Amino acid sequence: MAEKLGFDILLKGNNLTRLFAGMGVALRISVISVVISLGLGLVLGTFLSMKKPVLNAVFSVYLNIVRFMPQLVLLFIVYFGATKAMSINLEAEPAAVIVFSFWGIAEMADLVRAALISIPVGQYESSMALGLNTLQTYVYVIIPQAIRRLIPQSINLVTRMIKTTSLVMMIGIVEVLKVGQQIIEAGRKTSPNAAFGVFATVFLMYFLVCWPISLISKKLEKKWENGYG
Amino acid sequence: MNTAVISEYLPLYAKAFLLTVKIGWIGIGIALVIGVIGAFILYYRVPALSVIMKIYVELFRNTPLLVQLFFIYFGLPKLGIRVSAEVCGAAGLGLLGGSYMTEAVRSGLEAIPVSQTEAARALGLSRWQSFVYVIFPQAISVSVSAIVANVVFLLKETSVFSAISLMDLMFTAKDLIGLYYNTTECLVLLVLFYTLMLLPVSFLGHVLEKKTRIAIA
Repeated sequence: MAEKLGFDILLKGNNLTRLFAGMGVALRISVISVVISLGLGLVLGTFLSMKKPVLNAVFSVYLNIVRFMPQLVLLFIVYFGATKAMSINLEAEPAAVIVFSFWGIAEMADLVRAALISIPVGQYESSMALGLNTLQTYVYVIIPQAIRRLIPQSINLVTRMIKTTSLVMMIGIVEVLKVGQQIIEAGRKTSPNAAFGVFATVFLMYFLVCWPISLISKKLEKKWENGYG
Repeated sequence: MNTAVISEYLPLYAKAFLLTVKIGWIGIGIALVIGVIGAFILYYRVPALSVIMKIYVELFRNTPLLVQLFFIYFGLPKLGIRVSAEVCGAAGLGLLGGSYMTEAVRSGLEAIPVSQTEAARALGLSRWQSFVYVIFPQAISVSVSAIVANVVFLLKETSVFSAISLMDLMFTAKDLIGLYYNTTECLVLLVLFYTLMLLPVSFLGHVLEKKTRIAIA
C-alpha cells in the first residue's frame, strides 16, 4: 500500500530529513518576514492612527499597491527588476524577505491603525486629562485595549504570510516543494509513484503548521468578541 | 524602455492574459457554487456532509494554492486521476476559493436572525422556500464585501498557475525575461496586464457593495 501510493520513498536515505529541512527554509523566510512586518507595522500603524494627512495619503498609495499586485508579481519585480535597474546582485532569499516584509508591514500597519482608531476618543482625552503624556497614554491605556482586536487579526496575517512563502520556489529557492521535486526526480526509477506520497506529505506539513495557528486566532476572536470585557 | 519591444510582446501577453482570465473566472465560478452549497450544508448542519465540509474548509484554507496544485497535477495522476494543466488550474482555484467562499456565505447566513426563518415557516413556506426566498437573498447582501474580497484574492492567486506550466502571464514574463533579457519591458507589461485584470473587478466590487448596503438598511 505504502509503495503503491509512493510514501515509501520518504523512508529511503535521508529523504524525510531533507523534506523537513526544506520546510525549515520556507519557515525561516516566513519567520524573518513576520518579525519585521509585525515590528515595523506596529510602529507605522501607531503613527497612522494619529492622522497626519501627508503620511496617511502616502501610506494609502503604498497599501493599495501591495494589496493590488499579486505577491508573485512583486517578487518578480524585486528579484528580476531591481537587480537590473540598480545593477545589484540580490540573492533570492533576501529578495523574498524584502517582498514579504514590504507587504506584511503594510497589512500590519493597517490592522494596527484600525484597532487604534476603534478606541473611543474619550479614552485618549481622559488619559490626557489625568496628566498622562502621549507615550503613557498609548502604553497604559490605548494599546492594552487595542490589542484584543489586533491579536486575532495579526495571527491571521501570520498564516497568510506562511502560505505565501511557498511562492519562493518560483524564484529558485530550494524549499520544501523544490526538495520534493528533487526527491521525486531522483527516485523516478525505484519509486514511480513518489509524486503522490511526497506532495501529500508537503500538503500535510503546511496544514500542520497553519491549522493550529488559525485555531488559536479563531479561539481568541470568539473569546474577545464582546469588546473590552 | 523600448517601445518596439513592448509592441512586439503585446500579442503574447494578450494571449496569456485571456488564458489567465478564462481559467481564473472558471475557478471563481466553481468556488461560488461550492461556497453556496457548502454554506447551506454548514448552516443547516446536514449530517455527515457538514463534517466532510468542515474538514475540507480547514484543509484548503490552511494550505497554499501552489501546494494544492502540485498535489493535483503531479500527485493525483499516480492514482489514475489525470487532468490537463488548464483543468487542474481551474479545479485547484475552485477548491481553494470554495473553502473561502463557504466561510463568507456562511457568516452571511449566520448574521440573519432566526426569527426570519421562523416567520417564513409560519407563513407556510417550506424549509427550502424559506431558504431560497427569505434567508439567502438577505445573507448574500451581508456577504457581498467578503465575496468581492475573495474574488480579487483568487484572481491574484492565478499568478501561481505558471508552476504547472500553464502559459499564463507569469509564465510568459519569466520566459521572455529568460530568453531576451528585456526585463524592464516584461515587468511593466506584467503589471499593466494584472492591473487590467484586477481594476474592473475592484471597481465593480465597490459599486456592488454600495448598492447592497442600501438593501440591508
